[in-house]
Amino acid sequence: MNNPTILIIDDEVQIRKLLEITLSANDFRVHEASTGKEGLISAAMHPPDLILLDLGLPDEDGQSILKKLREWYKAPVIILSVRDNEDDIIQALDNGANDYLTKPFRTGELLARIRTALRLAQNTENVPLREYGSLSIDFTARIVKKNQEVLKLTTTEYQLLVLMAQNEGRVLTHQFILKIIWGPSYLEQSQYLRVFVRQLRKKIEDNPDQPKYIITESGVGYRFVGNEK
Amino acid sequence: MKKILTKKYTQGNSAYLISILIICLISAICYPFSDFIGYRTVALILLFTVSVLAMKLSLYPVLLSAILSAFIWDFFFIPPHFTFHVSKSEDVLMLVMYFIVAMLNGVLTARIKHFESLAIQREERVNALKLYDTLFNSISHEFRTPIAAILGATDNLLTDNSKFSEANKTNLYQEINTAADRLNRLVGNLLNVSRLESGSIRPKLDWYDLTELIHTAINQLETELKFHEVKVELPPNLPFLKLDFGLLEQAIYNILYNCSIYTPEKTLIHISADYIDGECIIKIQDNGKGFPIGDLSQVFTKFYRSKNTQTGGLGLGLSITKGFIEAHGGTIKVGNTAGSGALFTIEIPTKANWGDDFSGGFLQ
Repeated sequence: MNNPTILIIDDEVQIRKLLEITLSANDFRVHEASTGKEGLISAAMHPPDLILLDLGLPDEDGQSILKKLREWYKAPVIILSVRDNEDDIIQALDNGANDYLTKPFRTGELLARIRTALRLAQNTENVPLREYGSLSIDFTARIVKKNQEVLKLTTTEYQLLVLMAQNEGRVLTHQFILKIIWGPSYLEQSQYLRVFVRQLRKKIEDNPDQPKYIITESGVGYRFVGNEK
Repeated sequence: MKKILTKKYTQGNSAYLISILIICLISAICYPFSDFIGYRTVALILLFTVSVLAMKLSLYPVLLSAILSAFIWDFFFIPPHFTFHVSKSEDVLMLVMYFIVAMLNGVLTARIKHFESLAIQREERVNALKLYDTLFNSISHEFRTPIAAILGATDNLLTDNSKFSEANKTNLYQEINTAADRLNRLVGNLLNVSRLESGSIRPKLDWYDLTELIHTAINQLETELKFHEVKVELPPNLPFLKLDFGLLEQAIYNILYNCSIYTPEKTLIHISADYIDGECIIKIQDNGKGFPIGDLSQVFTKFYRSKNTQTGGLGLGLSITKGFIEAHGGTIKVGNTAGSGALFTIEIPTKANWGDDFSGGFLQ
């Protein structure tokens, strides 16, 4: 009974079928909707643990469905869309999507993103200490360790790392990070963000050129990946 | 070029003006000499002028010049001067003949020109059709090959798959995977080309770390570059640059993807970059065979594919690279290096920011 329920809102039968097979083989319960309206009704009648939402729906644009969902629905929404331009992605994230995968997607990647989103949604209680592979963050003592050694971080580096770690698995847009760390008047100062991402990577990554923790999402933002692959 | 010039003259009212001016000018030149050369020679000179005009101008301006020159000849040259009256009967005949020949001249030349332009149009249409045919053939080939692989593999797997060993089944699944990847890449390239063609690409410039950008492109090609040695040489104090991350990453990705396909395994791909005098300069050098010398000018042309290369591919990747770099106001060049291999040089004029004064206090 503990199996999480996932609602698929997608008009393409083939995609729904593929997702249904993939998800049920991985012990998820699946609800399906082929239009935005159907999706909204289904979500309201039987609130799922997670929603997979397509943007190109026949009756209403996915972005507006997302906005309507976010008026009351707090659980994760992952966008699955063929639209791959940065503006659509950023808009969806601004509208409250937890994640964005473009079609064609790899099922392994999709499952990983679903699991991360579900885990984060459950982990609402504050854990004072987190370990991510060889990296650990002690939120109360404000100590970050890499391979048991304490890292010397500046205040801003620490704030940035904590912001990303607390949104593990989630893409944070450049604008969002700038607003939270530096404030609304710094939205154009993206070079600040680059400096600190570069510095932070040098400190926490094994190889800053092939980052495993702070992943670049081209033209969109950064994603913190906690469990090393 | 010539065609355009002729068109300019033959179109609109300027053609009539030109024909009037030239006839008047030639008549004026002939006038003082008419006593020496005889007024019938003047008729030949005017007829010649009309013929020359017929070669350049369209029908009606030529007819105008024929009529005008006939009247001028009659009025100014046939005795008695300054009247339209013609005293000698052979001159009346000559005037009539002059008129007819001048008219015929205009009509016939116009007709020849008309047929000529029809022939040129037909030839152009045939060439365009030929181009379309080859284009559609190669596009349908590019789509159908992976589709054939997918259908073939799934047919095998769906019907009586007990015949296949586990290893062969895995191979069939692998084929489907590869084919789908190829289709996806194809659609991506065609979309990018159409975005470039429609002019809807506007770079979204922001401060980016070029080191991060180059490594992101390389990391995307982890599988493809598995058997190559990739060396990246970047100065440690490279400033942040105003660029469109997605476009430039794709531009570099396409070059590296080509390198991964067309250069032998275990060869070196060398990437370097710098910021000099307001320009971001990126160099990518491979150690394959380089491009055939005669082809170097066409490397970035759409649908260009080097001869004697393996099949597959539409020849769009590098044209997209060029388009994305030009969208930044930059340039890309390619050449063969002395030793071996191709060298791509990208130059993009852009602003730089060294990101100084960001120290801030340390924790604890």
